[in-house]
Amino acid sequence: MMQKDVAALNKTLGAIKKKYLNFALIGNPNSGKTTLFNQLTGKHQYVGNWPGVTVEKKEGLLVFKNTQINIIDLPGIYSLSPYSSEEIVTRNCLLYEDIDLIINIIDSTNIERNLYLTTQLIELGKPIVVILNMTDLLHKKGDKIDYALLKKLLGVPIFPLSANKHDKIEPMLDLTIQSLNRKSNANIHNLYPKEINIVLNNIEDIIRNKANRSNVSLRWLAVKLFCEDELILKQLHLTDDEVSKINYYRNSISPIKNVDRQMVVAECRYNYICKICSQTVQKHLSNEQMTLTDKIDKIVTNKFLAVPVFLALMLLIFYITFGPIGNFFKDCAEYFIEHILAKSVENLLAILGASYWAKSLVVDGIIKGVGAVISFFPQITILFTLLSILEDSGYMARAAFIMDKLLRKIGLSGKAFVPLLMGFGCSVPAILGTRILESEKDKKLTILMIPFMSCSAKMPVYSMFVSAFFPHNQVFIISSIYILGIIVAIFTAFLFKNTILKGQEAPFIMELPEYKFPTFRNLSLHVWERLKDFLIKAGTVLVCATVIIWFLQSFDFSLHMVKNQNESILAWFGMKLAPLFTLCGFNDWKACVSLLSGLIAKESVVSTSAVLYNTAAELSLSENLQLHFSAISAFAFMVFILLYTPCIAALSAIRKEMKSPLWTSIAIVYQLVAAWFCSAFVFQFCTLFFNLLGVRIL
Amino acid sequence: MTLNNLKPGQKCKVLKLHGKGKLKYRIVDMGIIPGTEVLLKRMAPFGDPMQISLRGYELSIRKSDAKNIEITDIERKPDDAKRCCGA
Repeated sequence: MMQKDVAALNKTLGAIKKKYLNFALIGNPNSGKTTLFNQLTGKHQYVGNWPGVTVEKKEGLLVFKNTQINIIDLPGIYSLSPYSSEEIVTRNCLLYEDIDLIINIIDSTNIERNLYLTTQLIELGKPIVVILNMTDLLHKKGDKIDYALLKKLLGVPIFPLSANKHDKIEPMLDLTIQSLNRKSNANIHNLYPKEINIVLNNIEDIIRNKANRSNVSLRWLAVKLFCEDELILKQLHLTDDEVSKINYYRNSISPIKNVDRQMVVAECRYNYICKICSQTVQKHLSNEQMTLTDKIDKIVTNKFLAVPVFLALMLLIFYITFGPIGNFFKDCAEYFIEHILAKSVENLLAILGASYWAKSLVVDGIIKGVGAVISFFPQITILFTLLSILEDSGYMARAAFIMDKLLRKIGLSGKAFVPLLMGFGCSVPAILGTRILESEKDKKLTILMIPFMSCSAKMPVYSMFVSAFFPHNQVFIISSIYILGIIVAIFTAFLFKNTILKGQEAPFIMELPEYKFPTFRNLSLHVWERLKDFLIKAGTVLVCATVIIWFLQSFDFSLHMVKNQNESILAWFGMKLAPLFTLCGFNDWKACVSLLSGLIAKESVVSTSAVLYNTAAELSLSENLQLHFSAISAFAFMVFILLYTPCIAALSAIRKEMKSPLWTSIAIVYQLVAAWFCSAFVFQFCTLFFNLLGVRIL
Repeated sequence: MTLNNLKPGQKCKVLKLHGKGKLKYRIVDMGIIPGTEVLLKRMAPFGDPMQISLRGYELSIRKSDAKNIEITDIERKPDDAKRCCGA
């Protein structure tokens, strides 16, 4: 049996003269597509971007019986219509790429809606295998599907699978190989009523000569033309004559104007599916019985409990990531970098007799950069794990459901709440976490807002100034800073929503999937994939940027290493930039240099100011600061710290997630402008206000 | 009467879809077509969106989008709500 398979396969491969086969993995969201992809390809996968669009395509190689199979994981979609970038990506892949077989994975507990896509895929006329996933859940419910009959009715090979069982992967692959030469019958039996069938046949005749460029069936193209699919119409380059002929046939079935043909086709499909399901699916559960999902939903989306449960979960995530647990791991990583890695490298360089600047480059530049990447590692891992649990379990959809009304007001979907809240911990994981958002617009908007959520690294800066200037109003001043950040973020949302990121609000029609217990295997693959991405893409930018800043901080213009920080190129910039801050009340070059050093990490503002301002050694830092700042200018400085460009690590994350240098620059310029205006406004307004108050009192 | 006027626990049949373009076909692709039985499970805590059940699965849809779905045959008792299809 096996030998026969291999022989047949070699014959197929010989016929198509290829080194490997392309299998496209397609299915609805939540059908277990990613799990299957991971099981098939294991670690041999890479994530790539499709040209022109922002939807990610994943590919992975697997070797099965001496054959290389390239699995292409396409985005989860509900239909092959041309309304979202996911759908268009999938369509174009099927139309123009060399796909040898379609693996259509469907959630057998939700078979009716899943088959809707299947009927469209079968129509393409390519070899296809339908995987009925989650059959274990189906059986647990007591429902039954007659697989043999389903196979007969649909006319395509069917394979029942429970996503978490490994042993069935091989027989499944066997089936795909056997089905390679078996083109699906594009002309599905009885799908369309007679009169529509006639029209479709006529359209097929018209386009027969035009359609050889695309490798899908005439039937599929005819159906799309019948539905007035403009993308297909354009791609086929039809003449005016042909278009008018098609229109003639199209109108022949419904003389009434404004009949929605797409709707007609959809109805045909669903009627067909209903007929199949009524013959093959046996439901055990009556509606009176509540499923586990119903029971959980009754609590987590309850009118009174939903918000407290949601907030409690958010705080728990925040606490685990940025609280003692996350911090412990972060400290460990930092300890390792500073005391073990840096020390040993330093010793090694000393033994090798490296020059002073080379040592500085390695220790203060490269290791510091690498160290920054590593020190983010634990918290990002924790946050990604928790977010993946929320996603895999099905709660994330509920979070979006609960928060939708609030966040819609600022043009975001409910899910955006999660990364926004994480922004209070650290912008880097928060920005990377925006990938839970589907819409590109939501993602950009959220990334623009996150840096204004005051991150925990800014806290030491606030404390330094608050203890020096507002010892009696610490809580009030710090809260006002945090609240100002939120206000600016909301303002940002309004501003961008009504200008650059204007656009039709995407319809919020979202499936609420059944709750599932996340599996460890899936979770680890999911998290590792995201981490790897961060390490490679954001990590390289971060290391380079740290080296550049190190250079600016350690050298003067004659390229000599400086002993004193205020002779460096960075300090020179600080001095040149200082006059810009006259209106903000801190046109002191030291303040400016501190701000520049904050680009490396916000905590550096504290250490730099401590060095620069400690001019009178007999005074404490607070007293020294009081010599250079007034209470009002100190507050304006804090406002600037809150709003201005985040650290290099966050900028690398922004660059990575925005996927565009233009948007990264927009973000940076916007942050600087916002910071300057707010800070200047606060300074001028408070000065005026207190002067007036002073005059009145006097 | 449109879907946004339904009360939690009530069941209905879809009569007609209004609107056009992306929104309309998104609704169609999710299986809401004339004849489909829909049960309104609950409203979100802030009163919007709504959680509906159809074809054996759950969907969340905003009231403003649900305005495009004209309904009929409103029943109070949610018996038979999960049976295959209405057509």
